[in-house]
Amino acid sequence: MAYGPHTPADRQRMLAAIGVRSVDDLFADIPEALRAGPLRLDPPEPEQALVTRLGGLAARNQADLASFLGAGAYRHFAPSLVDQMLLRGEWYTAYTPYQPEVSQGTLQSIYEYESLMAELLGLDVVSASHYDGATATAEAALMTCRATRRDRVLISRAIHPHYREVVRTYFHGAGIAVEEIPLVADGAAAGTTDLAALEALLAEPERPAAGVLLAQPSFYGLLEPMAEAARLAHAAGALSVAVVEPVSLAVLAPPGAYGADIAAGEGQALGIAPQYGGPYLGILACTDALVRQVPGRLVGMTTDLDGRRAYVMTLQAREQHIRREKAASNICTNQTLLALAASIWLAALGPHGLRDVVALGAARAAELEAALTKAGAPRLHPGPYLNEFAVRVVDAPRVHRELLERGVLAGLVLGEAVPDEPSVRDGLLVCATEVTTAGDIAAFAAALGEVIGGRAPAAVGGAA
Amino acid sequence: MVPSDLRYTKDHEWVRLDGDTATVGVTQYAADQLGDIVFVDQPDVGRTVEQYATFGVVESVKAVSDLYAPISGEVAEVNGELAAKPELVNSDPFGAGWMIKVKVADPSQLDDLLDAAAYERLVAEG
Amino acid sequence: MSASGPRLQPTIFERSKPGRGGGLVPHPPSDALDRIPTEQRRERPAGLPELNEAEVVRHYVNLSQLNHAIDVGFYPLGSCTMKWNPKVNEWAARLPGFANLHPLAPDVTTQGTLQLLWELEQILLEVTGMRAVTLQPAAGAHGELTGILMIRAYHEARGDTARTEVLVPDSAHGTNPATATMAGLHTVSLPHEDDGGVAVEAFRRALGPQTAAIMITNPSTLGIFESRIGELLEAVHEAGALAYMDGANLNAILGRFRPGDAGFDVMHINTHKTFSTPHGGGGPGAGPVAVNERLEPYLPAPRILRDPDGAFRLERPGERPTSIGRMRAFVGSTGVLLRAYAYLRTHGGSGLAEVTDDAVLAANYLKHRLAESGAFDIPFEGVCKHEFIASASSIKKRTGIRTLDIAKRLLDHGFHAPTVYFPLTVDEAMLIEPTETESVETLDAFADALVAIAEEADRDPDVIRSAPHTAPVRRLDEAAAARNPNLRWRPAAGDWTPCPD
Repeated sequence: MAYGPHTPADRQRMLAAIGVRSVDDLFADIPEALRAGPLRLDPPEPEQALVTRLGGLAARNQADLASFLGAGAYRHFAPSLVDQMLLRGEWYTAYTPYQPEVSQGTLQSIYEYESLMAELLGLDVVSASHYDGATATAEAALMTCRATRRDRVLISRAIHPHYREVVRTYFHGAGIAVEEIPLVADGAAAGTTDLAALEALLAEPERPAAGVLLAQPSFYGLLEPMAEAARLAHAAGALSVAVVEPVSLAVLAPPGAYGADIAAGEGQALGIAPQYGGPYLGILACTDALVRQVPGRLVGMTTDLDGRRAYVMTLQAREQHIRREKAASNICTNQTLLALAASIWLAALGPHGLRDVVALGAARAAELEAALTKAGAPRLHPGPYLNEFAVRVVDAPRVHRELLERGVLAGLVLGEAVPDEPSVRDGLLVCATEVTTAGDIAAFAAALGEVIGGRAPAAVGGAA
Repeated sequence: MVPSDLRYTKDHEWVRLDGDTATVGVTQYAADQLGDIVFVDQPDVGRTVEQYATFGVVESVKAVSDLYAPISGEVAEVNGELAAKPELVNSDPFGAGWMIKVKVADPSQLDDLLDAAAYERLVAEG
Repeated sequence: MSASGPRLQPTIFERSKPGRGGGLVPHPPSDALDRIPTEQRRERPAGLPELNEAEVVRHYVNLSQLNHAIDVGFYPLGSCTMKWNPKVNEWAARLPGFANLHPLAPDVTTQGTLQLLWELEQILLEVTGMRAVTLQPAAGAHGELTGILMIRAYHEARGDTARTEVLVPDSAHGTNPATATMAGLHTVSLPHEDDGGVAVEAFRRALGPQTAAIMITNPSTLGIFESRIGELLEAVHEAGALAYMDGANLNAILGRFRPGDAGFDVMHINTHKTFSTPHGGGGPGAGPVAVNERLEPYLPAPRILRDPDGAFRLERPGERPTSIGRMRAFVGSTGVLLRAYAYLRTHGGSGLAEVTDDAVLAANYLKHRLAESGAFDIPFEGVCKHEFIASASSIKKRTGIRTLDIAKRLLDHGFHAPTVYFPLTVDEAMLIEPTETESVETLDAFADALVAIAEEADRDPDVIRSAPHTAPVRRLDEAAAARNPNLRWRPAAGDWTPCPD
């Protein structure tokens, strides 16, 4: 067996000590009728053959296109040191730090992650991590219900469609109502969350809302009226949840500054490779007042018997292994290694490097906007954006396909990704980051010009 | 030895009646079983509690336990000191570690509870 | 720190010095952010540390050396299956064709990964004896929630809406009852018999038209195969309920018992346990969920499909209306799943059977060594599966030394401690799981250490009570940590510098 240490003599010695003739005797407790036959799987594969197989599968993917796809997973530059640190076995082959005396590395790294994220978010309590942005958002929504003892949450339709779907899946189980806040149809705020509609949804005294969820930037890349939404939520006795993209917080106001009680988000952008969907990093944070409502592990600083500074998992009575059916959540495994990756990335870049990442992405996005407008694909919404925006393209699925044939991954076809939002039917969601090159942008614009030819759509609808 | 002037529940709460006000806490035995107590979740003043229904939660480092009201009534006062010093429940459970004071509706409910001797027998039997 | 000297590290914030670092990304144009409205901007930069490369590297190298890990030594945490984490799997996950693939990239560009995931599904179906599988859940507990939500959807689709209870044996992981609550159901706890199995009479009394499901870990968290499983599952199905198997202990039954064949309707697999994906200090994991034909319609979306022409694709939004919906964003933790795939390919059918055989052999050998010594109580005699329970109950009565003390003293011997005080049903429990990748010399050394500590408990209990003595820190003040939580570093006020431009 690969990786196994036992020689035939070792096995014999162990069997003799136990006092059985063969290993089969150790499975005599499985009723005969329920015993399985041999597994019908391929024979073992030596490492050399495995390497060839995996290399071949990786080569079947096209991961090196000129890509403008973001939509919740972003490419960023990761300095070499990050992965070299992550490859240390002391990090990745450790289990949950159940014995803190021999897990201070993991525990201190989590404490530092909590601290780094607290700085970015402007909130004091940061969970040691959740599975991803979508599940963290669902947990945030559940927190608002526990904290307010209400069972109705309002979620903006400008939140990532996958996140909204996950919230619905979770809430069907919990028996909580989820209602969506529509988007502004036209004018300067087109595509952002409709605050008048939010106000109306909050003004139903017999059905009080527990929480109000908006994303900043929104799924469509737009900047949302976070402060005003938080004010409306609080006036109705509800909590305010901000769904954030953490890299943007180098520049954008942090949730704590505009009154959010809870922040959730996807931490993949903090230097974690896209990896076709995960493992990613669910961020969940809240104000001090909500610390006992936050699900998942927390690490705190304390001292050892000699008074030395040390770190330990704390407030564990919230968690499933102690509270069982009364726990805040069933979460156990989290994304510690990804939280470590994010911390090392942030430590390597520092505050100025992080700001440069955001500013460079914003600059590239502006170049992209100009090039696409010129090629016949103007923006779909007029409001300010950071590094992601929607453009109007007639017959977007076909255009997207034809661009792909020309080596350009032209973002996301909104009509397919968000079929329930007619206002973006003719949209492509595109993004640029600091790794987007001028050459990629030129290739996109040139190919787009070829594909849409003289069939450029009219300018921004309603706002022109 | 437990104080002889108190009444007890099988869930290790104690109650002391002064006029129509009952003071409620947990016993030394409960505190010892839980270990280092780190948090007491108390009800709001003005809330009504029902005899044998939960009125709060007590947490230690590695355990959590519901608190059951020994008697019905309206919460008149909670021990605010426990927010900063939950360890009082360990060090002085029958005194400074008290949890709530209840305006009692029906003092005869006390007759249903254990007296000190009966409670000691319960603890001794484990 | 160096090879000698003090071992603990200051926080990364304390290592910071304004003006250090930089040079990693190009400088942006100075007007890049002018279009962002002032009221949407931060007033000042986040208080992140400023360090040069050497400072960052030394911080994380030195911190890492404070950890015990599989790469460092024996890690017999019961129910966690801390087996060897193969190095080739780390190489594979970093291949640019895998690592750089965007989760929303069109199917035509992702055929290699989709093929890998599809093949992984086929392997898992053969291992579990089930009909269909979802790779979406991010962890075991997430898989539990997925499974129980599917069970709810199954009952709802039949108009059978009065089923509100989930039966859970008292030795179960806390995630089981917590999952039931998250799914809007109530937990009914089942007691156990003296042999560790579910108490059948109590089980039959609890079972009824209100039962939605039973969740069983098999082998149980006591390391015992539930021999009455056939009878239990028959009764569950007769009552109209479904059976969930918690696959935490799948390492004990590969090629010996297939839950699907035995009648389970749904189970999850912890890839970080059975299939060696590294747990990273607490995560990531992945929790694929396999189901039989009853639950197949309710699987989360999107599934991975193979078209008649052999091309792979993801289900489109809304393609299968019976689905419970999404459990997370995107496809799944593909980077974890591909490590599991590499592990499964490496072992093949015969290798997986050997994994289980050797894991069970090692556990029985270690159990025999401890039983023979007489140093510990062994509450459940007879063969165990991949893990077993020892107890310090007698030692505690005799010397006052508790399981916790013994766990801490084991650290001085260079071993990680077993899982302690779990399951909750055994006094002073130690749940010991050696796994198949530890040599007999390691097993002997560990048994010798435990026996030596038991002897030490009579001779010199104080040295155990004050252990560990050789770890980077001594025992921690956990009560203080919980009473006055310090959950973040606060950089000193004003400890930030404006951006240079």
